[in-house]
Amino acid sequence: MLTLLFDGIAYGMLLFILAVGLSVTMGLMNFINLAHGAFAMVGGYITVVLMQRWDIPFLWCLPLAFGGAALLGAVLERSLYRPMYRKPHLDQVLFSIGLAFMAVATVDYFMGSQQQIMQLPEWLRGRTEIGDGENIVLGMGHYRLFIIAVCTVLTVALQYVLTRTRFGSRLRASVDDSRVAAGLGIPVNQVFALTFAVGSGLAGLGGALGAEVLGLDPTFPLKFMVYFLIVVAVGGTSSITGPLLAALLLGVADVAGKYYVPKLGAFIVYALMIAILIWRPQGLFVRKGAK
Amino acid sequence: MTTTVLAAHGLVKRFGGITATDHVNLSLQLGARHALIGPNGAGKTTLINLLTGVLPPTEGRIELLGEDISHLPSHARVARGLVRTFQINQLFASMTPLQTLAMVVSQRRGLGARWWQRLGQDAAVVARCEELLALFRLTEVMHQNTAALPYGKRRLLEMAIALACEPKVLLLDEPVAGVPAGEREELLQTVAALPADVSVLLIEHDMDLVFEFADRITVLVNGVVLTEGTPEVIANDPQVKAVYLGHGEEVRA
Amino acid sequence: MMDARTQLLSPTHWRWYESLLWIGVFALPALLPSHSLIINEIAIVALFAVSLDLVLGYTGIVTLGHAAFLGFGAYCAALFAKFIHPDPLLGLIVGILAATLLGALCSVTILRGSDLTRLMVTLGVALLLLELANKLDWLTGGSDGLQGVVMGPLLGRFEFDLYGQTAAWYSLSVLLLLFGLARRWVHSPWGATLIAVRDNPLRAAAIGISVPSRLAMVYTLAASVAGAAGALLAQTTGFASLDVFALERSADAVLMLVIGGVGWLYGGVLGAVVFKLMHDIISSITPQYWTFWMGLFLVMLMLIGRERLSPSHWLKKTKGDQA
Repeated sequence: MLTLLFDGIAYGMLLFILAVGLSVTMGLMNFINLAHGAFAMVGGYITVVLMQRWDIPFLWCLPLAFGGAALLGAVLERSLYRPMYRKPHLDQVLFSIGLAFMAVATVDYFMGSQQQIMQLPEWLRGRTEIGDGENIVLGMGHYRLFIIAVCTVLTVALQYVLTRTRFGSRLRASVDDSRVAAGLGIPVNQVFALTFAVGSGLAGLGGALGAEVLGLDPTFPLKFMVYFLIVVAVGGTSSITGPLLAALLLGVADVAGKYYVPKLGAFIVYALMIAILIWRPQGLFVRKGAK
Repeated sequence: MTTTVLAAHGLVKRFGGITATDHVNLSLQLGARHALIGPNGAGKTTLINLLTGVLPPTEGRIELLGEDISHLPSHARVARGLVRTFQINQLFASMTPLQTLAMVVSQRRGLGARWWQRLGQDAAVVARCEELLALFRLTEVMHQNTAALPYGKRRLLEMAIALACEPKVLLLDEPVAGVPAGEREELLQTVAALPADVSVLLIEHDMDLVFEFADRITVLVNGVVLTEGTPEVIANDPQVKAVYLGHGEEVRA
Repeated sequence: MMDARTQLLSPTHWRWYESLLWIGVFALPALLPSHSLIINEIAIVALFAVSLDLVLGYTGIVTLGHAAFLGFGAYCAALFAKFIHPDPLLGLIVGILAATLLGALCSVTILRGSDLTRLMVTLGVALLLLELANKLDWLTGGSDGLQGVVMGPLLGRFEFDLYGQTAAWYSLSVLLLLFGLARRWVHSPWGATLIAVRDNPLRAAAIGISVPSRLAMVYTLAASVAGAAGALLAQTTGFASLDVFALERSADAVLMLVIGGVGWLYGGVLGAVVFKLMHDIISSITPQYWTFWMGLFLVMLMLIGRERLSPSHWLKKTKGDQA
């Protein structure tokens, strides 16, 4: 059972890194971006291509995946997203679905629709077990350990940036009230652009990390979009600890559900989400007084 | 002996650490022209929101025509005759004034659930709309999209909607706020011409209007009722002068 | 200038060209018998889109899971025909009733929360039903779908033939009937209160409208109509499969409304026709890349601004009254 918990936590942290960008842009720009998963997919494919075609080691691919997705995010934010900020939510939803469709079809065209196989380096392929033989108390795949480690570092870094740096306080001010923030001289547009880029970059990194665990094919953005949205809707958009907890909850619930009640599969996750959202429409972990 | 149509008893509203409304007692008499004044941030709109059910009270009781409505949802209070206008126009952008009023009147008369009837089929409803449009000088613009109307007309529509609800108690939240000088007169005349059996609570900053209109004034400061009385008494109250004007200027009565 | 009464009533009357349009539509299966199958398809998705317009266009509820009701109606009608009685009209009623029940149940979910919450919850319900249908494969056939649904003759006389003419007329009749009903609804005082809820829920409550009860009512009604579309789908194709619950179905309907214009019922019909034709044309040119072109279309449309492109917008400008 501890192994399940471990796997769930790894899955949850991965989901967090994937979804945190979405949560922040949603809270910051009040923009529902259903194409977020496309950036994750881009990161994953960048990694696969670099590893397979140019033999670049896995660890090097990760920052490149981040960078590539971030760059794409920055460009798109400037050109396509910005005019959409003031439009009604329905328009934003349709716009981002359109982008997601385009991404899916484009990747399908260039890379084919099969699942991509990720060749992990040797040192990440092992497994450590506590206990032995029949009584395995905890089995930890090294790759999942790696994921947890990387994601934890990233989470700590994010929290640090948010709470201890000037950019972080500008970001938080802009989330709370962008008009007042602009009135105080905070370059809100730049904050938006940078945040969107970083959020997309993180998604890309998540896609690269997650390719082995979640699978990678052109339908990735649509398949996992629901999970990202669950993290954001349940975790709220006014902090990063909210989505973190929501992601962990989701990860553990999904893994445990699939193990104990495989007949029901994703049913449990959806039912849980619906129940939570009916009970607390603003999300589970929102601080009082927040949007 | 006049009857109390609307009463608030010990009304309290707290938001986290802030007490926006602090044990407010208010009593509105039948046919009253009662004004509620106070500096910005005094909690006047919060009080209206509490009375109309937009905000739930932390403590206290509200009675409408003798009935305890403290926990009744907003729309139920309207059905019992408690109607308000908004400081910022709250209109229905995609409907014309005529359509808006037809909808409101139908709703008020219990026809709001009639799905089989066409809007405009009931002659009595249409007649009432025409009456209201004439009263609020909106007849010429009745077919225009609400979004295209000038501000003064929109403010008139704001009030027409409230009247269409056939209120027994009417809460007006700064009715002339932002209305250009030319259109103020129209609005003021309509406020003055409200039927005598409608009891009115008026929030206003414009002291001329307040003293012209009100027979009773309540002063609210920082969520607390500072004082209450007739216009003459309030005008000469040194506390009111200090709070409002700060430096002892005369308040014209 | 038109007097008040005439002005209010004018959008509610059937225009002569509307009657002409419907007569023309009904003549199609006779004039183009080889196209009966696609006419049938278009009628069904048009009905689905119209049902979505009630919640999305007229009341402003953002939903990506409307297919939940389409699917539920489809499966219930199919199961009814297969195991209880093959009469199509009975099955249609069963489908409608089932979807109505589900709609009433689910209406609780959309009462509170932001647009995002609603999006998630509606999507969640549809996906939940998909999972359920998938897992209860002993009943629903799982991912293979529910097959072998053989319908009895319509009204005891008209057999469902291979050409699909009976199917087309059946679907068109149901479409016309429910469209006519919906038309009545939206032009009634009740319909006006829906628009009020969409435009300004705060003020709607302040004039005595119970916003939650309106939301629940319209959501349930829209579910009924969607259920009818679902029942028709299962009955005329003889088959019910999991994709009837999928996100794509709901998204397609939203797209049809965007194309045809929200907030005037013909938007759903027009959008359905254009969408289906576009789909067929583009799919025959580049079969796998329909997704790409649809995505591009959506992006461009949203950037340009859908109000400026929707036909209902033009109509409002030229006629000066509300559709």
